[in-house]
Amino acid sequence: MAQQNKKTLAFNGDEAVAFAVKQCNVDVVAAYPITPQTIIVERFSEYVANGEVQTQFVCTESEHSAITASLSASTTGARTFTASASAGLALMHEMLFVTSGSRAPVVMAIANRALSAPLNIHGDHSDSMAQRDSGWIQLYVENAQEAYDSIIQAYKIAESCDVSLPIMVGLDGFTLSHSLENVDILSDEAVTDFIGERQLPQVLTHEGKSVPFKLDPKNPMTMGPVAFQNYYFEFKRQQEEGMKNALKRIQEVNSEFAKISGRCYGNGLIDKYKLEDAEVIVVCAGSTSGTLKVIVDELRACGVKAGLLRLRTFRPLPVEDLKNALKNAKAVAVMDKSMSFGGFGGAIFHEVRHSLYDSPVHPPVINYIYGLGGRDYSPSELRIVFDDLAEIAKTGDTGKQVRYLGLRE
Amino acid sequence: MTTQEWKFTSKDIAVKPDLFLSGHRACAGCGPATVMRLIMKATRGPTIVTQATGCMEVVSSIYPYTSWNVPWLHTAFENAAANAAGIEAAIKAMQRKGKLKEHIDVIAIAGDGGTFDIGLQSLSGAVERGHDFLFVLYDNEGYMNTGIQRSGGTPSGAATTTTPAGSVIPGKLERKKPITEIMLAHGMEYVATATPYYWKDMITKVRKGLEVDGPAFLHVFAPCPRGWRSDQAKTMEYTKLAVETCIFPVWEAVNGKKQLSTPSKVIALAPQKKKPIKDYFKGQGRFRHLFTPKNIHVIDELQRLTDENWKKLLQNCESK
Amino acid sequence: MSSKDKTWKEISIAGVCPKSSESFKTGDWKTYMPILDTEKCIVCLTCVMLCPDGAINWIPDTNKISFDYTFCKGCGICANECPAKALTMKIDNTEG
Ligand SMILES: Cc1ncc(C[n+]2csc(CCOP(=O)(O)OP(=O)(O)O)c2C)c(N)n1
Ligand code: SF4
Ligand code: SF4
Repeated sequence: MAQQNKKTLAFNGDEAVAFAVKQCNVDVVAAYPITPQTIIVERFSEYVANGEVQTQFVCTESEHSAITASLSASTTGARTFTASASAGLALMHEMLFVTSGSRAPVVMAIANRALSAPLNIHGDHSDSMAQRDSGWIQLYVENAQEAYDSIIQAYKIAESCDVSLPIMVGLDGFTLSHSLENVDILSDEAVTDFIGERQLPQVLTHEGKSVPFKLDPKNPMTMGPVAFQNYYFEFKRQQEEGMKNALKRIQEVNSEFAKISGRCYGNGLIDKYKLEDAEVIVVCAGSTSGTLKVIVDELRACGVKAGLLRLRTFRPLPVEDLKNALKNAKAVAVMDKSMSFGGFGGAIFHEVRHSLYDSPVHPPVINYIYGLGGRDYSPSELRIVFDDLAEIAKTGDTGKQVRYLGLRE
Repeated sequence: MTTQEWKFTSKDIAVKPDLFLSGHRACAGCGPATVMRLIMKATRGPTIVTQATGCMEVVSSIYPYTSWNVPWLHTAFENAAANAAGIEAAIKAMQRKGKLKEHIDVIAIAGDGGTFDIGLQSLSGAVERGHDFLFVLYDNEGYMNTGIQRSGGTPSGAATTTTPAGSVIPGKLERKKPITEIMLAHGMEYVATATPYYWKDMITKVRKGLEVDGPAFLHVFAPCPRGWRSDQAKTMEYTKLAVETCIFPVWEAVNGKKQLSTPSKVIALAPQKKKPIKDYFKGQGRFRHLFTPKNIHVIDELQRLTDENWKKLLQNCESK
Repeated sequence: MSSKDKTWKEISIAGVCPKSSESFKTGDWKTYMPILDTEKCIVCLTCVMLCPDGAINWIPDTNKISFDYTFCKGCGICANECPAKALTMKIDNTEG
């Protein structure tokens, strides 16, 4: 059921995020500005300055403190938000692991940007891909609308008691963060109802009581202890369980959200575009899928059985969905906006190819590294990818498995 | 400061149950452990404690055991003040939304590494933003948890594992960073120094720091017999000698106005009671190499510096 | 690791500690133990305040000092600081 009184506002991706955070009436926002995330922090500061939110806004002296304060506020029972990109996310690195290990459901928007050196402020996925093992749920969105919707969904996913993990929502720097779009918004009440009050898992304290998991003088508990060889491993295994539960929860929240908004993003994990009978399939994350859809349509019109799989959820990795969606393809190309130096292709390529390994028949999978440091990629360049796939499908010769798109050779 | 003077007897404090519990794994004779107990004796109501990585964090939270009978959070080494900032922000937000009625005190605790060095940025940031919390630095003058390395708080002359007493270099050459001056320069309402030997003075200062409506900073001297190569039994004696030699004078500054606290005032009033720093260095293995003919000049130089600092402090306390 | 250690399904998340360290006895660390001469003790409570291990208690009913040797690590701070010289460190003769 679509929403009755539909309201549309012109927002860039960052503004859409800030607006969603405002509607979620988050308790604490702790953040530090960095291009191309800055607009999120600035817009939110305006909401604070104009008394439009009840949020405690902590404009920290660094990203390390921003994530720390988000984490500690979260452990105190608050609903928290932060945002960053590139160098800022890299500076948070240590604390990202602490946040997930502390099971704090912090929500963070990442306006994805290249990492230095050389310094570059433009969009690619190097920053968040470098954090893939930090224990955060990772979503990558296609447009400003999805950025808005995903921030709202993020609270419901992260705060589920059986998940209780932090989540990052990646939106491509500049391409999404700074481009104006029409964004359909929900009413404040609809958002409030949808996300509900923060849920807290129960834990057993040293006083022998089972109490909600938060720093509360009424129920003292010790968080962030030392765990040695005898217990550390167990806590890591628990985190993995949270991730597994997130796989289910993301899909549920995606459907629940569809009910109030009329919008959904595939099954929440992957977004399939004309995949049913597709022979040549491109897999990508983020905004590139917008352009790729147009190309798929063009190719379809010429009789090419092209399809697109947008990986919306990178962590937890939807292995089964990937397997099923790609098993009948004749050739697959995975697009990566980051590099894993000295490895075998980019991060998404590793994961997608690895997911297919156990299938009895699996298609050849090649990798394109593209768009680094905001390098433009034209529709005609993206078409080359499909042409290459058609060639592979025809000849069975994979050729170079890792390729660069849009690079001067 | 808003509330009335806190009056207590030794017996009041003795019967107040420990919130830093026995069974922690600090070395025998650990100065910081006494400091933890005393900090918690001064709490006045609902309190949340957050702590930087370091000896006191490790010895008190080895899973499944905890020595903290208050809500307690550790996240990392360099960010105790940022932890406090987030906790305080959460409290304020929940109070504003009517989800929380009571006042909650927030205490951040860190060693000298977590304060002078790696934690200085987050501390400075949190203080500049004016969060309502008390930061207690327990200064054992080195990175003890990782095996006695130098910190910005290690005094000159001391041997540590990264400033060993070599045949050419006699221990740490650099001076101790003037951390309280740095904190005072932030314009804090309350900055003080204390040692656990003068425990009444110390807990009074903890309480005053809590009563401040905003950030407060307390620098507590806390000998580590393990790292100082000193007699376990003398831990508290050194915290007395440090005051008597004016190596670590005790004072407090309310709104920047510095005043000597009684133990140091006694020495200011009767200068003949001021002991030579040798009395304090003696018995500490970390200074042993200074008592050789080759290095004895270092002690003379350190004595001169100590006298100079003391003189400055006296002038400072008088002129304001 | 011991067989008493719990599985990941049995323990609370995030390392919330389920036990007080008061169930971890540190008394067996000591070589020497403080012995109190009640005659000399002036109940100034200095030792109670300065013990790093909270091993000395003041008993209001009797106005006496009591040692909890199950935690005392035998550092000797109490004996060193006792203004009445009421404490002496002796070889630990407790069991265990
Ligand atoms: C980012 C980071 N760097 C280094 C360490 C290693 N480390 C842990 S505790 C510590 C020293 C702590 O020194 P201090 O703050 O003086 O406390 P103490 O152990 O002396 O009580 C160091 C270097 C760490 N945990 N985190
Ligand atoms: S090393 Fe020093 S500070 Fe650390 S527990 Fe031992 S005595 Fe205390
Ligand atoms: S010897 Fe040390 S640990 Fe034992 S009671 Fe005395 S001060 Fe406490």
